[in-house]
Amino acid sequence: MSRGTLIDLLYLFSATTFIVALKGLGSPKHARRGNMVAAFGMLVAIVATFFNYVDGHALRHVWLILLAMAIGVIVAVPTARFVKMTAMPQLVAIFNGVGGGAAALVSITEFIHIKSTHPATYVILEVLLGLLIGTVSFAGSAVAFAKLQELMTGRPVTYPGQQLINGVVGLAALALIVTILVTASTSLLWILLALAFVLGVIFVLPIGGADVPVLISLLNAFTGLAVAASGFTLGSNLLIVAGTLVGASGILLTRLMSKAMGRSLSNVLFSAFGSVITASGATTRDDGRSVRSGSPEDIAIMLGFASRVVIIPGYGLAVAQGQHVLRELAELLESKGIEVFYAIHPVAGRMPGHMNVLLAEANVPYEQLLEMDEANSELATADVALVVGANDTVNPAAVDDPSSPIYGMPIIHADLAENVVFLKRSMRPGFAGIENDLLYNPKTTLVFGDAKDTLTKMVAAVKAN
Amino acid sequence: MHNVLLQYLTVLILTAFVGTEIIAKVPSILHTPLMSGSNAIHGVILVGSMLILGGATTNLQEVLGFLAVILATLNVVGGFVVTDRMLEMFKPRAAKVKETPKDEVAP
Repeated sequence: MSRGTLIDLLYLFSATTFIVALKGLGSPKHARRGNMVAAFGMLVAIVATFFNYVDGHALRHVWLILLAMAIGVIVAVPTARFVKMTAMPQLVAIFNGVGGGAAALVSITEFIHIKSTHPATYVILEVLLGLLIGTVSFAGSAVAFAKLQELMTGRPVTYPGQQLINGVVGLAALALIVTILVTASTSLLWILLALAFVLGVIFVLPIGGADVPVLISLLNAFTGLAVAASGFTLGSNLLIVAGTLVGASGILLTRLMSKAMGRSLSNVLFSAFGSVITASGATTRDDGRSVRSGSPEDIAIMLGFASRVVIIPGYGLAVAQGQHVLRELAELLESKGIEVFYAIHPVAGRMPGHMNVLLAEANVPYEQLLEMDEANSELATADVALVVGANDTVNPAAVDDPSSPIYGMPIIHADLAENVVFLKRSMRPGFAGIENDLLYNPKTTLVFGDAKDTLTKMVAAVKAN
Repeated sequence: MHNVLLQYLTVLILTAFVGTEIIAKVPSILHTPLMSGSNAIHGVILVGSMLILGGATTNLQEVLGFLAVILATLNVVGGFVVTDRMLEMFKPRAAKVKETPKDEVAP
């Protein structure tokens, strides 16, 4: 067997592990092994590449390659290991962005490389698509990172004529691509690069903080497509398979995520959601309705009499770092013979499934985590629904107020439980900026304060009873 | 149309269907690890970056290729380690024994 065939076989093996890995990632039991399988396949592909030929020569600059890899490993491992789990979305954003950047760099270099050989038009098109998509993903991910890391405002950034400007920049990029196809000009290529960068930034600016995870998922799919385009240019089935897998699954995942918020993808991307509705919260507050508030000790007594408690956690819990105390409370209640479940809204936290990860980090067994539909059927027979740091995901306006911006979003029906308890910092509306009627419901009790403090007091009170 | 192009397009179309099929049944609790895991998989652009730097003949190509390998390595290594860290937490209560973390990719 020739060396080239052997390397291609190893690449085929890697491509297969990626498919097996994605399938494994779909089940809680095999997910971790799936990730390991992909990592192994990646290692095989990387090692095989060292023995590959480029243009009939063995790989040049091997030491330079090893040096660049060493730099990458030294930066990536500690970052990935030690960044706090609440900061995970921005971490995924940045690791996605650099992948897009790499794809763009590969495309640029390949363009310079093949230009002298008078390549066919479709070859130039592949290169330009890789450059455009990769750069948009890179720049977009950088802005998404800045929004999540709160280096800039998480609110949508809007300005007059925004849609028009975005459209013009997009069309200009397309026109430039057509021109480069005809002229194969390198200087125009740099302009396209700059334009793609601008496009990535202005595409992400109007998207609000709550929607950024959906955006990251989309940018992840973009990077996949950019990698697939590079695969066409370099003639690599491995890159085409891996890139297309990520592109196709990423687009599907993005749609699932926006569906969980009850909105269409185009609504997420183009409506600057959350920029104007904040004001409406204040007006409905003057109608004389009152809320009932209680102390942590009152709630401890209420929980003591319950036989079934459903906990509904939100991002506020993670911000207060209260997961561990919450688990302690749940275990305490269980030891008293009370059934405890966690009801997880698909978009609780900052990414779908983020809340599960945060709870798992606090050693909450995942058998106790119920997905929304399952949780809703349990809630009808629950004595207490304990809402910790969540708001929009239990807002009944999503079901009964067609004028509400979140109308149509599936919610967790905390209102079905006998009693509802909110642990909240203040009366301020949630991330979407919408008033929640459930707070004024006669069966609702509010406990104001930091979630972690309140939970700690509740644990002490339950122990004392 | 070129035969090679046709072969690549075939691979692309078939893989696109595979990609959507295997994702369709994923429970929502695994959406974040899935996104992160597929993020690591597109880090395979490292192979492309290595070929670019390995075939570089001018200074400009060397610089661009060098940067590409660094960025792609960040994507691969960071992607797999973060995903592993997330999934480490999905262990059932019985198996809470702490393992020493090991790196998946040591190129």
